[in-house]
Amino acid sequence: MSRPAASASRPDTSASANENSDASANENNKRSTVNRLSAENVTLAYDQRVIAEQLSVEIPDNSFTVIVGPNACGKSTLLRALSRMLKPSQGRVLLDGQVIQSMPAKKVARTLGLLPQSSIAPDGITVGDLVGRGRYPHQGLLRQWSTEDERIVRESMESTGVAELADRYVDELSGGQRQRVWIAMALAQQTPLLLLDEPTTFLDIQHQIDVLDLCAELHEEQGRTLVAVLHDLNHAARYATHLIALRGGTVIAEGAPAEIVTAELVEEVFGLRCQVIDDPETGTPLVVPAARRARASAVDAEKPRETVSTEVS
Amino acid sequence: MKTQVMSKPAERSRAVRTPGGLSVRLDVRAFTVVALLLVAALTASVVLIGTGDFPIPAGDVVRTLLGNGDAGQEFIVNELRLPRVLVGLLVGASLGLGGALFQSISRNPLGSPDVLGLSQGATAGALVVIVLFSGSATQVALGALVGGLVTGLAIYVLAWNRGVHGYRLVLVGIGVSAIATAVNGYLITKADLVDAARAVVWMTGSLNGRDWTQVRPLLLMCLILVPLVLANARGLRMMEMGDDVSYALGVRVESVRLLLMVSAVLLTAGATAAAGPVSFVALTAPQLARRLTRSPGPNLVPAMCMGATLLIVADWASQRAFGADQLPVGVVTGVLGGVYLLWLLVTERKAGRI
Repeated sequence: MSRPAASASRPDTSASANENSDASANENNKRSTVNRLSAENVTLAYDQRVIAEQLSVEIPDNSFTVIVGPNACGKSTLLRALSRMLKPSQGRVLLDGQVIQSMPAKKVARTLGLLPQSSIAPDGITVGDLVGRGRYPHQGLLRQWSTEDERIVRESMESTGVAELADRYVDELSGGQRQRVWIAMALAQQTPLLLLDEPTTFLDIQHQIDVLDLCAELHEEQGRTLVAVLHDLNHAARYATHLIALRGGTVIAEGAPAEIVTAELVEEVFGLRCQVIDDPETGTPLVVPAARRARASAVDAEKPRETVSTEVS
Repeated sequence: MKTQVMSKPAERSRAVRTPGGLSVRLDVRAFTVVALLLVAALTASVVLIGTGDFPIPAGDVVRTLLGNGDAGQEFIVNELRLPRVLVGLLVGASLGLGGALFQSISRNPLGSPDVLGLSQGATAGALVVIVLFSGSATQVALGALVGGLVTGLAIYVLAWNRGVHGYRLVLVGIGVSAIATAVNGYLITKADLVDAARAVVWMTGSLNGRDWTQVRPLLLMCLILVPLVLANARGLRMMEMGDDVSYALGVRVESVRLLLMVSAVLLTAGATAAAGPVSFVALTAPQLARRLTRSPGPNLVPAMCMGATLLIVADWASQRAFGADQLPVGVVTGVLGGVYLLWLLVTERKAGRI
C-alpha cells in the first residue's frame, strides 16, 4: 500500500444534488459539508454520562478512515453516532446532507452499513443464509429473493473468500472465518459507506491482517468509503488513508497517517513515549514504544523528548 | 402468470419468482412441516368432533360440516362440538404464535408467556372477577384479558432499560409470575366453596362447554393480529442477530419489538380468556416446530400450526382416555409440557447454554 498523498479525493456531489432538488427549505436539508457523512457539533452521552461534547468530524469520501484513541476516548461512541445507533443529545449527524435520524431506516441501510462489535449468529444458520440477510434493506414483503440478491450474495461471499463455506453452519467456523462471514453480510448490503467497529478484536494476528487486507481491498478495488475503529495504532497507520485521533471525546489530530503520526502526537493522545520510524514494509509510520528503562529515565531527567526517524529503504 | 422456480445457493429454500419482479422465498422443509401439521390438526379435529357420548363416524362428520348431514347430527356437530374444536384450534394457534414471538424477542426458549407470568396474570384477572364479583363467563373472560394486558405492561415497564433484553425479560417475568401466583393463592383462600371450585376448574384450562360466543372474538383477534405479526416477521428474523445488526440493516428495532410484544400479549391473554391458562403450549409449540423445520428464525407459522395441533390432540387424548368433561385439556398439556421442559433443561445444560 503506497503512502497516500492527500487524505481525501474530491467528493461526488451528484447524489446530494438530487436529494436537495426535492427538499423543501427545511433547515435540516441545508447542506453544510461536501462529504457524504459528517458529525456536526455533536454531544454524545449515555444517560447522564457525557462521552463527547461539541465534536465535529468529517469522513472524506472514498477514504479508509480509521479512528484511534485510548480506551474510553469515545471512538466507538462516535462510530455509533455516525451509524445512527446513538442519537446525539445535541448537534447532528448528516448523511448526504440530511439529518440521519430523520431518514427512513431502510434508506439509510442502503447507503451506510455497519459491522458492530457484538452480533449473534442464530442457532443453526448457514453461512449462505446469514450473508443473504444482508439483503434485507433491499427487499420487501413481495420482493424477498430476486436474482440480483442471489448474485450479490454470491459475489460478497467470493470477495471475502467464504464462498466455499456457503453451506456450513456459522457456529462451526473459526473466529477469523466468522468475522469474514459478518463482513460478507455487510457487503451484501451494498452500501457505498461501511462502518466497522473494532473488526479485528479477538482475532489472531494473521486473521487481523487478513481482515485489514480485505478492508483495504474493498476500499481500493470497490471504491467504498470505510470507517473503522481500531485498537492497534500501527495497523491504523499502515492501512488508513485518513486517521482521526481522539482523546477524551476531542479530536486531537486528523489527516493522513504520514502527516500526523509523530511521537508528540502519540504521547499527547495515548500518554506513551515512543519513537516513530518508517515501516520497513510500507513506509508508513511505525510506532515503537520506548523501552521501560528509557521511559523511566526520561521521566527522572525531564529530558526533552526526541523523535528519531530512521530511513529504511 | 408464468412462474419460474429456482434454487438458491444454500439449497434449503426456493425462490418463486414472477416475471413482474416479485419474488417469494419458501423454505421447502418448513413448508412441508406446516402442511403436515395442518393435515394432522384437521384430522384430529374431525376425530374430536366425532368423539363423545354420541359418537359420529368421521365420514358423517365431514358430510355434516359440508352441510349435507341429517338434522340431529347437524345440531351436535355445528352447535355443540364444532365451536369447542374451533376454540381449541384458535387458542392453540394463538398460544403457539405468542410463545414463538416471546421466545424470539427474548432469544431464550424459556421466555414464553407461561414462564413470564402472563398466564398467571390473566388468571389473577379472572379470579378477581370470580371471587370478588361472582361474574358471568363473559366477565371472567374480560377479567382474564385485562389481567394479561396489565401483566404484560408491568413486565415491559420493569424490563425496559433502553431496550428489552433476553435474560432481563425472563428474570423480570419470573418475578412477576411469582407475585401473580401469590395473588391467585390468596384469592382462592378468600373464596367460598362454590367460587373456589369454579376458580380451580378455570385455572387448569379447559375447552368444556365452549360455544360460538367464545369463537367469534377469538377469531376476530386472530384475523387482525396474525397478518400484522406476519408482516413484521422479517424484521423479527433480523433481530435475532442482535439489536446492532438489525439497526444497521434498517429494522426499526424498538417499534417492531413493541408492536410484536403487544401482539403476543394480546394473543396470549385472549387465548387464556377463552380457555383458561392452558399450560405449556406456548412454551413447547415453538420449540417442537423449530426442531421439525430445522430452520433458524422465529418459525412463526410452524409454531402456530404446532400449537393448534397440540391442543386439539391433547383435548382428544383427555376425552378419549378419561371420557368427555372429565379431565380438562390443561392437565394433559401440563403433563406433556412438564416432561418436555425437563428434557429441554437437560439438553440445554448438555449444550452448555444454561
